[in-house]
Amino acid sequence: MKMMLPCREVTRLVSQGLDRRLGFGERVALRVHFAMCEGCGNFERQMKLLREAVRQLAEADRPRETGSQST
Amino acid sequence: MPPPDDFQTKLEGQRAYLLRFATLQLRDADRAEDCVQETLLAALTGEGGFDGRSSLRTWLTGILKHKIVDAIRRSSREPAMALEPEGDGSEFDALFDPRGHWAEAPSAWERPDSALERSQFLAALETCLGQLPARTARAFMMREHMGLETEEICKELGITATNCWVMLYRARMALRLCLERTWK
Repeated sequence: MKMMLPCREVTRLVSQGLDRRLGFGERVALRVHFAMCEGCGNFERQMKLLREAVRQLAEADRPRETGSQST
Repeated sequence: MPPPDDFQTKLEGQRAYLLRFATLQLRDADRAEDCVQETLLAALTGEGGFDGRSSLRTWLTGILKHKIVDAIRRSSREPAMALEPEGDGSEFDALFDPRGHWAEAPSAWERPDSALERSQFLAALETCLGQLPARTARAFMMREHMGLETEEICKELGITATNCWVMLYRARMALRLCLERTWK
């Protein structure tokens, strides 16, 4: 295993981590990377926020943007 | 025991929510309406199935998810869906320099904490979802909106796990880029 994954691979792994259980080596590689790379840390938080937000979409009680909302 | 029409009134009270749930996944008002109709009918005729341990909404959503998967199964045989080109996720390589580091690193998004921010974020997200290609959006919503496991998505869409991960990756990368422009 290389010391430091390139960010491009990190984004793929972070995404797959939302869909399957990552292996031990993969998880360690991500941790090492996050400790040194702020951009990828932000990326991971964005992915988590994205997941949370999608789960709230149907609940959201708000005016539709394209709906025929009459006020 | 409450009179049946009382149960029916409660079911009707969930219709708008169910319709919204189905439309988010199917992107088609008519097919969403059909699924909701089937769900409410199934709920009415199988009233005994509701034991009150979960909320009525949760129970109905569980039935609805099955109806939606059935609808997806039928529609994935349609040629229009099958023709959409498949990428391998490499279309996002331009975001990185030749060594694989960010050309422009992701910013720290402000968390949408207030009710207003939340609704703005969700509105932005919905707009971004609308810009995804149909197959990509369908796989992404099966995973994140319906909460299905990758395995089930692969089975229903007739794709490999690797293919599924690539699709989900592509969806997340595209949504992130879109939200980076409209949110932050």
